[in-house]
Amino acid sequence: MLDEINPVINMIVFAAFVALTLVIVFRVSRRKATENQFYAAGRSFSGRQNGIAIAGDYLSAASFLGICGAIATAGYDGFLYSIGFLVAWLVALLLVAELLRNTGRFTMADVLSFRLKQRPVRMAAALATLAVCFFYLVAQMAGAGGLVALLMGFDDPAATSITIAVVGVLMIVYVIFGGMKGTTWVQIIKAVLLIAGAAIMTLMVLFVVRFDFNELLRMAVEASPEGEAILAPGLRYTNPVDFISLGLALVLGTAGLPHVLMRFYTVPSAKEARRSVVWAIWLIGIFYLFTLVLGFGAGALVGPEALANAPGGENAAAPLLALSLGGPILMAIISAVAFATILAVVAGLAITAATSFAHDIYGSIIKKGQTKPGAEVRVARITVVVIGIIAILGGIVAQNQNVAFLVALAFAVAASANLPTILYSLFWRRFNSGGALWSMYGGLVSCVVLIIFSPAVSGTEKSMFPDVDFSVFPLSNPGIVSIPLAFVLGIIGTFVSKPEADHDVKQAEMEVRSFTGAGAEKASEH
Amino acid sequence: MPESTAIAERSIAMQRSPEFQRLRRTFMSFILPMTVVFLAWYLAYVLIASYAPDFFATRLGESYVTVGLLFGLGQFVSTFAITMLYSRWANRVYDRAADPLAAEMERPVAGGEPDAR
Repeated sequence: MLDEINPVINMIVFAAFVALTLVIVFRVSRRKATENQFYAAGRSFSGRQNGIAIAGDYLSAASFLGICGAIATAGYDGFLYSIGFLVAWLVALLLVAELLRNTGRFTMADVLSFRLKQRPVRMAAALATLAVCFFYLVAQMAGAGGLVALLMGFDDPAATSITIAVVGVLMIVYVIFGGMKGTTWVQIIKAVLLIAGAAIMTLMVLFVVRFDFNELLRMAVEASPEGEAILAPGLRYTNPVDFISLGLALVLGTAGLPHVLMRFYTVPSAKEARRSVVWAIWLIGIFYLFTLVLGFGAGALVGPEALANAPGGENAAAPLLALSLGGPILMAIISAVAFATILAVVAGLAITAATSFAHDIYGSIIKKGQTKPGAEVRVARITVVVIGIIAILGGIVAQNQNVAFLVALAFAVAASANLPTILYSLFWRRFNSGGALWSMYGGLVSCVVLIIFSPAVSGTEKSMFPDVDFSVFPLSNPGIVSIPLAFVLGIIGTFVSKPEADHDVKQAEMEVRSFTGAGAEKASEH
Repeated sequence: MPESTAIAERSIAMQRSPEFQRLRRTFMSFILPMTVVFLAWYLAYVLIASYAPDFFATRLGESYVTVGLLFGLGQFVSTFAITMLYSRWANRVYDRAADPLAAEMERPVAGGEPDAR
């Protein structure tokens, strides 16, 4: 079956997507963008547009290729990922999105430093943002490399490295020229293509089984060497505590992901932020239902053994399912969509990291808010180039690493370092700068240290360094330790440190503003 | 009077006002129970999958659909349902309570500039 893959068609479809998005990015871009335009697209997107863009940001390669592949080989355990990724949106919708939109301007650090000590809290929030973006970026870049091995028929590492570099350069171009507006349009186009592509494939799979889901499950069970075990939990996660830890990181991580939080500032009001999350939840939820059909479809029609032998391993499930359903052309389209997914997600991450550096570290900490208009945007554009180069190098180094591990790490860091402080500063009146610093640094450091000493890094065959063993921490995801620890540290830090002199005034300002929306940033262009 | 002091004084007065207290109570009395419900339901799901996989493996009659699959789809249904409930509540109840307070906060000081923040 693999010899049917046609690299030329794959490349033409992919080049067409890149050309289309580049044209749009240049049409919407402004050479002399203000901070408001570059970081937040002038807050000019509607709730629906932003909701689609959020889905575009969120449905990364891990969601499409990763979940389809996991369901195809491990059955039920693959489905567990999509449930955590979806339910997590309720935390964002109910507790975070609107209050955050009302309080901040461009970044998560804006909100966290609103009523706390500006410089140290902003620094901690910016570092946590950069850490999450870095892990997420490297994961996506590594995924791009693996995908290319399959799509283009390249097998040698040098060609894969070149492809990672191409992805990095395209990302830099989108963000430098398009800013938030161009990046958002790339997300919207990609989200529509991805969801439409998945819908068409889902219909084709259902058509094969005459719209009988039970028949699909029967075929998947028959094709799998594991038999009926694929219908129940336990094929992939054998340690219950490890699974609970992953479940916690997934459900609490989303509302702390900086590139998701930043999207709430591209709409004119909290009401539009609400609408955008509602749109995002429907799109993401429906997409995950598609992946359930696609995953079992790939298990039934392609088969776990063919996947195990394919370049790219189980990540090839969705493209190979397309090949068996619609031949090389459908495969080219689905592969290009998967590639577009990676490209759009890395662009979203890059603009978040660049904004955090330019706005939080350069503008607010180094220049103490005394920058000329446009100066931050110049720094942000330079930062994008630096981030692009770091991501290319990281992606090349990590190209054989486990992508899901890096994404789960990004979620765990977001849930430990960011979420406790976001919730405390919105809802706990007594919370102060001491609590924020203890919680953010404690969550960040404990999370990263536990990962380093986990079996994900050393000690087992699947580890990053299989030949050495310093895995003293038994779980591959640190969430169950680092998330509660960060919440507790926030409480301890608050009680052992003194509040600022203007604590009560600032707290009142933030609370009134977050709950009523008074004084929130308005749209600047119409 | 400098603008920042004006905002500070207004905010403190607003925070202490019975209208704002009521708004915060409205928010908490909807959000807290909802959050407890969906987190508990999700944790129950994760715990059953971890410690009682055999229960999730139970097939419904002759079909290949398992209890676990139904519970998983149940998480989708509950997420969609809570999203719609929240959206309706926020549009009908919360905005109606919050908007007048926002207008009150942004009302120009007698004869002065409107609060430009």
